[in-house]
Amino acid sequence: MLKNSTQGYGWVTIIIHWLVALAVFSLFALGYWMVDLSYYSDWYQTAPMLHKSFGICLFALMVFRIIWRLTNPKPKGLSNHQTWEKTIAKLGHFALYAILFVLMISGYLISTADGRAISVFGWFDVPALLSGLPQQEEIAGDIHEILAWSLLVLSAGHALAALKHHFIDKDSTLSRMLKPVNSTETRKQ
Amino acid sequence: MKKHLTAAILSAGLFAAATPALAADYAIDTRGAHASVNFKVNHLGYSWVVGRFDTFSGDFSYDQENPSAAKIAVTIDTKSVNSNHAERDKHIRGKDFLEVDKFPEAKFVSTKFDSTDGQTGKLHGQFTLRGVTKDIVIDVTKVGEGKDPWGGYRAGFEGATTITMKDYGIPMDLGPQSATVELEFHIEGIKK
Repeated sequence: MLKNSTQGYGWVTIIIHWLVALAVFSLFALGYWMVDLSYYSDWYQTAPMLHKSFGICLFALMVFRIIWRLTNPKPKGLSNHQTWEKTIAKLGHFALYAILFVLMISGYLISTADGRAISVFGWFDVPALLSGLPQQEEIAGDIHEILAWSLLVLSAGHALAALKHHFIDKDSTLSRMLKPVNSTETRKQ
Repeated sequence: MKKHLTAAILSAGLFAAATPALAADYAIDTRGAHASVNFKVNHLGYSWVVGRFDTFSGDFSYDQENPSAAKIAVTIDTKSVNSNHAERDKHIRGKDFLEVDKFPEAKFVSTKFDSTDGQTGKLHGQFTLRGVTKDIVIDVTKVGEGKDPWGGYRAGFEGATTITMKDYGIPMDLGPQSATVELEFHIEGIKK
C-alpha cells in the first residue's frame, strides 16, 4: 500500500503528489504576494524567508520523489487511454517535472547570486554553488517568473485533464491518485 | 643676446598667463576605475546603506585659470547598480525603484560652475533619473591636478548632492528617514 504497483500508486506517491501540488500553489501565491509588500510590512522579511525555505524543502521532496519513482513499479496506463492521450500525458508530466526543477534552481540562483547562502527557517544554510555570473540575479529572476507562470498554466491543464478523465471518460485516472488501488477490487477500465 | 632671449621668454610667459587659457578636456578615468558614482540611503534612521553604479562614463573640461568655463557630462548605466546584495540590487533595478528596463540611463549635464578659486564651487546642472530631469546643484571640491608618473596629466574632483526619490517618480516608500539619496562623485580625468 505504501509502494506503487503495476495497477496503481501507493500512499507515498499519492501523498507526495498532493504535497507538491499544495507547495507549488502556495509558493506561487506567496511569491506573487511578497514582491509587492511595503517596506514596513511585518511580512517583508518573513515572507521571502518562508518562500525560500519551503522552496528548498520542495526541492528535497522532488529529489526523493524521483528516486521513489525510479525504484517503484510503474503503474500501467489505463487501457481506455488513447495513444495521443498517453503521448501528451507523458510530455506534460515530463514538462511539469522539468519546469519545476528549473524553476527551483533559478530561484536558488537569484538568492545566491552574490555568494550568500540561503537560510532554511534559520535552522541551517544552503551554500551558494554558482555565483557572480553576469546579471545572474536578473536572468535567474526572469526565468523564475516566466517558469512560475508556465507551471501554473501547465498544472491547470494537468488538473483539467484529470477532471476530463474522471467526469467525461469516467475512468480511474484521478481516483487512483486519491487512494491506492485495492488489488482485489475490480477497476473500471 | 642672452638677456634678450630671457626677456622674450618672460614676456611670452606673461602673455600666456594674461590670456584666458583654453579649457583642457578630460576623459573620466573609468578604465582605471579612478572614479566612482556612489550613493547612500539611510536605513530606518539607524544606519546607512551604501552602494554605487559600477558603469558610467563621461568627459569634463576644466581650467584652473577659468573655472567658470568648466563643464561636465556623465552618463550612468542604471543596470550597474551595486549595493553588495544581489536581491536588493534586483529590487532596485525593478519597477519599485529605477525600472532599468525602461530607463537604462541616468545622466548629469552641467550648466554652470560657480567658483571663484577653482578649488571649491557649486556645479549646477540637469540630472536625469527614471526619465525625469531636474536641476540640481553639486558641491564640488577639487582634490588635485598635475602630471601622473606615466606621462599623462590628471585632474580630480569630489562632489556631493542630495536628491529626493519622489522627485524622480521612484514609487517605493522606505520611510521618512530614507526619502532622500545622497549622491557622491569621485571624478578623476585624464587630459585628452
